[in-house]
Amino acid sequence: MDERKQTILDYVVNEYLEEDDDRVIGPDTPLITGGIVDSFSMVSLKRFLEKKYGIQIPDADASPEAFDTVNRIDALVERFIKS
Amino acid sequence: MATTPTYEDRLKDFSWSLAEQELGYRKGDPLNIGWHCSDRLCRQGLADKTALVWEDFSGATKTYTFDDLRVLSNTFAAHLQGLGIQPGERVCLFMDRVPELYLGFLGGLKMGAVVQPLFSAFGADSLWTRLDDAGTTAIVTQRKHVAKVRKLLDKLPQLRHVILVDAGDGPLRERESGLDLHALPRVETFDAHPTGPETPSVLHYTSGTTGQPKGAQHVHYSLISQYLTAKWVLDLRPDDVYWCNADPGWVTGTSYGIIGPWANGVTQVVLDSGFNAEKWYDFMARRGVTVWYSAPTAIRLLMREGSDLVRKHDLSRLRHLCSVGEPLNAEAVVWSQEAFGKPFHDTYWQTETGCMMITNFPGMKVKPGSMGKPFPGITATVLDPNTNLPHEGTGRVGLIAIRPGWPSQIRGYWNNQAGYERKFVNGWYICGDRASIDADGYYWFVGRDDDVINTGGHLVGPFEIESALLEHPAVAESAAVAKPDPVNMEVVKAFVTLKPGIAPDDDLELEIMNFIRKKLSPLAMPQEIEFTDSLPKTRSGKIVRRILRAREFGEPEGDLSTLMSE
Repeated sequence: MDERKQTILDYVVNEYLEEDDDRVIGPDTPLITGGIVDSFSMVSLKRFLEKKYGIQIPDADASPEAFDTVNRIDALVERFIKS
Repeated sequence: MATTPTYEDRLKDFSWSLAEQELGYRKGDPLNIGWHCSDRLCRQGLADKTALVWEDFSGATKTYTFDDLRVLSNTFAAHLQGLGIQPGERVCLFMDRVPELYLGFLGGLKMGAVVQPLFSAFGADSLWTRLDDAGTTAIVTQRKHVAKVRKLLDKLPQLRHVILVDAGDGPLRERESGLDLHALPRVETFDAHPTGPETPSVLHYTSGTTGQPKGAQHVHYSLISQYLTAKWVLDLRPDDVYWCNADPGWVTGTSYGIIGPWANGVTQVVLDSGFNAEKWYDFMARRGVTVWYSAPTAIRLLMREGSDLVRKHDLSRLRHLCSVGEPLNAEAVVWSQEAFGKPFHDTYWQTETGCMMITNFPGMKVKPGSMGKPFPGITATVLDPNTNLPHEGTGRVGLIAIRPGWPSQIRGYWNNQAGYERKFVNGWYICGDRASIDADGYYWFVGRDDDVINTGGHLVGPFEIESALLEHPAVAESAAVAKPDPVNMEVVKAFVTLKPGIAPDDDLELEIMNFIRKKLSPLAMPQEIEFTDSLPKTRSGKIVRRILRAREFGEPEGDLSTLMSE
């Protein structure tokens, strides 16, 4: 897994899972539909990405679908780093 | 062919005794919601009818008949009894939308416990506040949530049992035990505790402007109005497949996600998944949903995905749509007509009312943006805030007020009777919302009359957030107010002054956001934090939230004469 995906994955595990929660999270694990990150918490995840990668993600692009897996989030970040 | 009675038909000679008769309840009989939603239906010949189809985000599915509801709720009730839990004790259900939540709700009521459902996304502090206040003796939860409970054990000596529904072979700690409902011997016969109509049933916590959340104490007689409103307003019929996408951690998820539909013997479907428009439509199409009770925030999220996505799915069985939680904006009603070929029918009620109060009846002309008219048997008005008397004439904004005495009215706040009594003025129950009534008798929502924040249909109390903010080492003072939001109606915005020597930056803002999310809940997390040098205060030093809120909404700030200069 590349470094950025690993960074996002680590952030999700550290911030959104309880310490006793032993679920294994991978780059394709459903985060929003799987109930790990809810639509309200998405705001803090978006804020983290914007800060970490120096980007602005418009609200219209920050949909639950776009945030549903680490792979999708990474693709979203990639899009805004390039734009 | 018989036609569906109109709203006007329903008003004629209305009496709640109609529901009592249909449920076979006579004054003086025991009345137990758990029994009525399972055993009664089996006795009426519905034992083999599907009661629940449950599905999770991965597509895993479980199906239960009404006889399964009866037997598995018996099993749950017997298990609680076996642990020594007594009728009247509070049993908290702290789970995602798994089958055990629904079965446990009925089982807890059957053995006479006061069932206390709590939203599983609550953080440890929110959980503690509610368990401590209620004196809860048992909590039923899942492995993924138990860490939050374990943190609190030292502070909750009265919490004797932590029951894990998915314990498996994993290690258990102090006070913990497993309850594998599907592996236990099925309890075919269980004598439901002979609860009476006034026996406490469900304890839902709700937020106010001041103080910590209050436990709204429902009783078993709530069944009467939950049954009838579900039948008439949701228009539930024997062959319906009903979906309520509310979480039973909140009152909609119990009144209309458990009690109302099952008291009517209706099949309901549950999707234990976070929001995803495609997944939702696919679920409704596959399951053949006919009646859908949703919320404006969800509807606005669906609107963002457009109507074309709706048309990719066969939703032809969808017959009736309703909404609750916050005012349904006119655009959403118009959109649903275009996208689904039928409008969402808004309903208005709250935790304390237990059932719908103001509704758009099936067949009634829907005025987009209106809450509708009072349910038969409900006497409602808007009060002049200056006199606390009903406004004369129409179109005048006042306080929504209900004449007490409907069956599902709460009987008090747990440990806080004085707070409950403050909800009544001049013989009216005050809802805390402002509205006007038009010439046709339709109610039009205007806004809250207090500082409570309605975010995504959930009420969040500013005091709870401010108290938690002050526990962050960088925060000196704080105020939490509502900020308008296009999807959630309102979100939490915090104004924060920092301790000397601490400078604001993006890292600190994110840290404080996550701090609140973990302590309280994602709903309570400020979506924006404004660092400021000072907060508006009265001369006695009390922070004045209304000024900050008015600024967020672009409204007049009102009388500033009593403020200290900022």
